[in-house]
Amino acid sequence: MYFLLVYMYIKNHVYMFPDLLGCHGKCRRYLFCCFQDRAGQFFSSGHTNNWAVLVCTSRFWFNYRHVANTLSVYRSVKRLGIPDSHIVLMLADDMACNHRNPKPATVFSHKNMELNVYGDDVEVDYRGYEVTVENFLRILTGRLPPSTPRSKRLLSDDRSNILIYLTGHGGNGFLKFQDSEEISNVELADAFEQMWQKRRYNELLFIIDTCQGASMYERFYSPNLMALASSQVGEDSLSHQPDLAIGVHLMDRYTFYLLEFLEDIHPASKTNMNDLFKVCPKSQCVSTPGHRTDLFLRDPGSVLITDFFGSVRKVELTMETINLTDPIDAESGELQKEMHTYADQLPVSEIIHQKPKQKDWHPPDGFILGLWTLILLVFFQTYGVKHLKHIF
Amino acid sequence: AMAEQKFRVRARALVCVFVCVVMCGCGRDDFQEELVIRPLHSGDIYTSFQFRTLWETDFTRENKVSHYRLFPKSLGQVISKFSVRELHISFTQGYWRTMQWGQPYLPSPPGAELWVWFQDSLTDVDGTWKELTNVLSGIFCASLNFIDSTNTVQPSASFKPLGIGNVTDHRFLRYATLPREIVCTENLTPWKKLLPCGSKAGLAVLLKSEKLFHSSFHSQAVHIRPVCKDDQCKTTSWELRQTLNVVFDLHNSGQGKNEWSLFKMFSRTLTEACPVASSSKIYIDITDNSQGEQFELSPATPLLSQAVVLGDRRTFSVYDLTQQITFGTMRSLNLLIRGKSSDMLRPLLHAERYVAGYGLQTGEIHTLMYNNHPYRSFPVLLLDSVPWYLRLYIHTLTVTSKGKDNKPSYIHYQPSKDRVRPHLLEMLVQLPPNSVTEVTLQFERALLKWTEYTPDPNHGFYVGSSVISSLVPSIVAMDTNNSRERPLFSSFFPSKEESSYFVRVYTEPLLVNLPTPDFSMPYNVICLTCTVVAVGYGSLYNLLTRSFQIEEPSPGLAKRIANIIRKMRGVPPL
Repeated sequence: MYFLLVYMYIKNHVYMFPDLLGCHGKCRRYLFCCFQDRAGQFFSSGHTNNWAVLVCTSRFWFNYRHVANTLSVYRSVKRLGIPDSHIVLMLADDMACNHRNPKPATVFSHKNMELNVYGDDVEVDYRGYEVTVENFLRILTGRLPPSTPRSKRLLSDDRSNILIYLTGHGGNGFLKFQDSEEISNVELADAFEQMWQKRRYNELLFIIDTCQGASMYERFYSPNLMALASSQVGEDSLSHQPDLAIGVHLMDRYTFYLLEFLEDIHPASKTNMNDLFKVCPKSQCVSTPGHRTDLFLRDPGSVLITDFFGSVRKVELTMETINLTDPIDAESGELQKEMHTYADQLPVSEIIHQKPKQKDWHPPDGFILGLWTLILLVFFQTYGVKHLKHIF
Repeated sequence: AMAEQKFRVRARALVCVFVCVVMCGCGRDDFQEELVIRPLHSGDIYTSFQFRTLWETDFTRENKVSHYRLFPKSLGQVISKFSVRELHISFTQGYWRTMQWGQPYLPSPPGAELWVWFQDSLTDVDGTWKELTNVLSGIFCASLNFIDSTNTVQPSASFKPLGIGNVTDHRFLRYATLPREIVCTENLTPWKKLLPCGSKAGLAVLLKSEKLFHSSFHSQAVHIRPVCKDDQCKTTSWELRQTLNVVFDLHNSGQGKNEWSLFKMFSRTLTEACPVASSSKIYIDITDNSQGEQFELSPATPLLSQAVVLGDRRTFSVYDLTQQITFGTMRSLNLLIRGKSSDMLRPLLHAERYVAGYGLQTGEIHTLMYNNHPYRSFPVLLLDSVPWYLRLYIHTLTVTSKGKDNKPSYIHYQPSKDRVRPHLLEMLVQLPPNSVTEVTLQFERALLKWTEYTPDPNHGFYVGSSVISSLVPSIVAMDTNNSRERPLFSSFFPSKEESSYFVRVYTEPLLVNLPTPDFSMPYNVICLTCTVVAVGYGSLYNLLTRSFQIEEPSPGLAKRIANIIRKMRGVPPL
């Protein structure tokens, strides 16, 4: 959108900008072709759209920090351009409007309530009991029931860069969902392989902030995956700081420093993945963050942060004209002859004299059929089959 | 500069032409917004926003409606795709305290409530209902997809259509509640996006979530129904009402002072009306304050209006936001209400419900309905929808008023089916004047399968609110001409007779504990049995298969060397 506006402006005022874009003599007249060459250099990575799947898997008030983690990443990703329609946000419990929250409709990430990451226009797609392992895997693989609304689907294609962020309580090789089930690293790796085979992503960045997070990406085997974790196997990820007014820990350390890092990124910044790997060294995080890039085809140094956290709007320049169809005229409907009336809200006499509802006829169920079969069997056993012809 | 100007003029002309084509092409639509503020006698303050879009169009036609202006496209597509005649959905946080706050303009139960009347041309109502709940869960960011056959009922006499229509076959009605549904900013955001002006201009500017959810009661709803276009009522238009009711608490939001202002309640002031609104008004209920003795209102306004609402004639001070003069010299309107309201009349009908009994096996549901009118009795229709895991014993149903048995004139009961349907109980009871009617029903709690427990089973299981619909005698004559121009808050329920008005009261939802198994027992049992089996089987196996062999003790070093020498010599060892 931004580039389109700039292009329109330049097109109309081309005489004011000689040689601005390094366009030579004859190309100044054919500004279109010149701009297209330059434009090609803006869009050098292979993706055309960005998606994000952000999941918080913990329930209960004392796991406030996991919701705050997810919402900080949500906030950064939205700020850098990914729209709500391309974000699938899953929060396993409601912290903002929880009755224990002294400041309703807020989720803070810094103590002394400096930053409200919940914001004023958040859209949560899966909340409460809907956050289950099954739903998560169905979103990734796209196998959702047909009546699922668009906002709850991951409609990515083979040119999408997807960011997946998981946080919660985990262990060696598993992540706990809502105190009742777990997802294992093998399941996750298989889901990503399904995504690869169905061409559902171009490149995928997987970030996990749990205890022993590195175990979750050990089993990946699909190409074009890059993974980051907040701690190695055998280490715990620690939480950052409690707030005495709210009474719980507000954020985890890794995501806290990740948020600080992302706050400095703006849509046009050139920071790359190597800087992201340096976020939260052992001195700040106490645990050792890990990363895995062997499955990734490009060199991490050439991958921009905004390739995953921001949103690419590819501009296609076209000279075709589009004909807009006229809106369908609302023909004045045939004038109804009878007058419409409002229904009576409590028609007492009608209700008292109401006929019983006609029940739909159902075929007799198994019990009745079995009972009659038994009766018939006993009858013919007692009296013999030869009496059949007398009956029929 | 010349080219620039030409470009600008061309662009403006294009926009104007486009707008003109749009305006005369389609049926006309109209948008009104209003805010009613009513100070309550406990010091709290009740504010009710209503946004109404009227559109003359026909969603049921063959040609799909293609151009939407004020009416939101997402809801228009829902109506035409699912053959919806009426749709009412509400999200509420908190419980309306009728005894302290009086009757609300628009009642709603805690949690989420959805009831829909489908068109009578629809063949598969249940399938369409399931799809509709899924689509609405995406539109409103709520877990409405948990509505299925286990919590949907088909009332046989309650919930008659609120819009116009001749058909009232209850086969096309579905009603469901989710009492546990949480309401938060993520529900308010898509709700605000349905408004024509969004939250950028008009009254919706005041809707800031940090203040709205820090309240005793918050309810937002969407109501879609066909209404009469004019007095003759030969053609219909579609009405979309978005309502938001909030009750701000004196101590939480008001800091204990009896002084309320728009800025204190919403942290915003008003600067303009919504440009596409045909009317934008604020009403303050000053019926008990005719001489200004109870509370003071500033800035003063000369406009007054009277309306008959909830059976009473009330006087309102009106602020018209479409007039520039309302905003004064500061170009912003911050209403100030200083003082307390007087005692309110006792509401004529209110209800309570609670669970009695002890233990985790049986219990009893008690519903109390109070008729506070001194000499008139009136009928009420009680609708109870109880989940299947509370097994009701209908033979223990008793209805007593003033100690005597009160037989209902109509009972409809549909028993539940485990994991398929909930119980549905509807009764028409005549409440004698100045009395308490008690309905009691015993139940037994079922044991669920272990996968059916939620991740937090010790919270309990919710039973949705009972709905009590009634025609309550009114103090003044109601206006039965439903198509006249009336303020929005007085024209929601259509009135058919002058002596009574329709009211709906919701009771509290119940929270019952079901017998919960100890979920760590499978692990304990496996450990214990494996240990026992290992110890028992291991010992038995050893006893049966172990054989003893005699073994010579190994000789000393000297004897071993001697044995080696003797072997070499060919002599038998020692």
